[in-house]
Amino acid sequence: MANNVNRREFLATLAVAGGTVLVGGSTDAFASKNLSGWPDRFGMLVDLTECVGCRSCERACNEANALPQPAVPFDEKSVFDEKRRPTASAYTVVNRYENPASPGAPIYRKVQCNHCNEPSCASACPVRAYTKTPEGAVLYNKDVCFGCRYCMVACPFYAPAYDYESALEPRVVKCTFCHERVKKGGIPACAAACPVGTLTFGKRKDLIEVARRKIRKSPERYVDRIYGEIEAGGTSWLYLSGVPFESLDYPKDLPEKPIVENTKGFLSAVPLVLTMWPALLGMCYAANRNKEEKE
Amino acid sequence: MSNETLVKADNFSARFMDKLMMGMPRAEYARRLVTPFNAAAAIILAIGLPLIVLRFTNGLATITHSSNEYPWSILLGWGLFSGVPLSATGYVMATACYIFGYKKYHPLVRLGVLTGFMGYLFAVIYLLIDIGRPWRIYYPMAVSYGPTSVLFLVAWHVATYLTVQLLEFSPAILEWINARRTRKWAIMITIGMTIGGVILSTLHQSALGALFLMAPGKLHPLWYSPFIPVFFFISSIYAGFCMVIAVSTVVNRFLKDRTDQTFRETLDGLTVGLGKGACIGIFVYFVLRVIGVAHDDNWALLATPYGLWFLTELLAFVLVPGIVLTIAVKRNSARLVRLGAFWAIAGVVLTRLNVSIIAFNWNLAGHLHHIVPPAREVFVVLAIATMHILIFRWILNRMPVVAEHPDFADDPH
Repeated sequence: MANNVNRREFLATLAVAGGTVLVGGSTDAFASKNLSGWPDRFGMLVDLTECVGCRSCERACNEANALPQPAVPFDEKSVFDEKRRPTASAYTVVNRYENPASPGAPIYRKVQCNHCNEPSCASACPVRAYTKTPEGAVLYNKDVCFGCRYCMVACPFYAPAYDYESALEPRVVKCTFCHERVKKGGIPACAAACPVGTLTFGKRKDLIEVARRKIRKSPERYVDRIYGEIEAGGTSWLYLSGVPFESLDYPKDLPEKPIVENTKGFLSAVPLVLTMWPALLGMCYAANRNKEEKE
Repeated sequence: MSNETLVKADNFSARFMDKLMMGMPRAEYARRLVTPFNAAAAIILAIGLPLIVLRFTNGLATITHSSNEYPWSILLGWGLFSGVPLSATGYVMATACYIFGYKKYHPLVRLGVLTGFMGYLFAVIYLLIDIGRPWRIYYPMAVSYGPTSVLFLVAWHVATYLTVQLLEFSPAILEWINARRTRKWAIMITIGMTIGGVILSTLHQSALGALFLMAPGKLHPLWYSPFIPVFFFISSIYAGFCMVIAVSTVVNRFLKDRTDQTFRETLDGLTVGLGKGACIGIFVYFVLRVIGVAHDDNWALLATPYGLWFLTELLAFVLVPGIVLTIAVKRNSARLVRLGAFWAIAGVVLTRLNVSIIAFNWNLAGHLHHIVPPAREVFVVLAIATMHILIFRWILNRMPVVAEHPDFADDPH
């Protein structure tokens, strides 16, 4: 836990609390330190060309996390008729897409939290309810969350869901990357349940090598892109596809830098206003007093 | 208890009731409450308040339109994102009067401060209904700090500024309860509170815009701009001036008996003066918005449907009210200034709704269908807005806001 706290402090460009400005241990006072991420963090490589849409991952996730039974059973294919998203009772869902290359051979896309290297949800959270663990998972702590849902606004992947039905204990719900299992040396439930070779769990940097090799070996099978390698600063979950990612509703035009970079300029200006405004306004006031006294 | 204390206590409660009922006998006070406006307010509250209770018994889903894709609905789009800039009245008036020395605006300062305080108070009330666990509202201040978050800054500043504005308004309350000595203390901190208010307002008005810097791609590129914090700050300045014009107009019309002669006689002149201030703000803002389009080279997007909507906002609700205000100031016409002010206010609300709701998630399927709020949420908003007006009126009816308290005329202000 101590490590996690450190990381978040690292991320903190400037701590602004009621007029107190803390520029934490940086040699360049106007730049924050950038993170390349925990070196040994895990990731998941999703090879969309392998997925057969069996929804075993959905079922395994549901069981591993003791989530409520869905209204429609897991072997029911009619759920593919519409596009679903993770909800308060499902950490992950699989959607079906028409294959633009060969009609009749649909493509399936698994959706869940991508566990960003530098998560927007964590940067956006005013009560630090999110932690990026050294293992790679982005975890949410319901005990400090007050339910502003800014994390959901900030997430470029529309991953977090909210429990709008709960009157008194609503919380954000999202994939945990099976953190407890991974810490004990296991692998996430979805990857363990996948009957084909869609999900590969491993060190993120190894997975990028695996993905590159796959593309090199079968350039006709894959588009030359690993989605998640650089998107929004990179994510723990990485994707290979046979068709352009845009045609599968993957968010496009995401910045290569972590999204929190976009707010750093603003946050850097905060201490400037806090320190200079009182002096400038004080001088305006003094100048007017001076004029009045002369009159 | 001795007889003397009993008499004192009795006196106190009698004086207290007298203050509450504006010096009228109970029956007369009750009779004067029966008005068409109050009847309409009662109907709205009768529908809206039970809905608010429903939120705390059955969950947010029963009253709001918020969803996993659209975490923020009109409760925040209207209550927070529109409410806060319209409450810039306090800092613009106090700064003009106390810092820049525009003393002649003094008759409108208290009204500005009260409008600002009430606006922030109700922004917080909208927030308390919208957030998941409102009883944890103080967590960013005391339990768990998230200094990387722009919202952390907003939370701190709104909380602090609410306190500052209460202190700025406190002389009116203290005059009402005749606490002369405490009032002297409250007057002494005016300059400090005013400067503090400007700092806090500069930062959180702009921070409300900066919140959306975390949503590139989700917010339409015509509204998403690295300048968005500046857009929000500058528009709050003219929103503040225009709201003072609007609120003073309404007060002068419907609560004339609460105003004093100075207020009534200076109002038209001051309105034109405020219109001048609003003019500067609105044209600076207009140019900045155009620069925003140029900066990201988004000209081509103007020819899309969202581009037309953007142009509608920018031309019909920023440029045109700006021109109306300019003509009004040139002609020295308070009437026309008022028209321009109401128009400009509508524009500020439209901008905020565009950023937080209409242009947010613009690329999701079925987006336009989604942005129409359900009747329940509309009634919740109407009920809160009604309470806002009722409490505002309650205060104006009792405290010296738009009239100088005769007992304190010779005291420092």
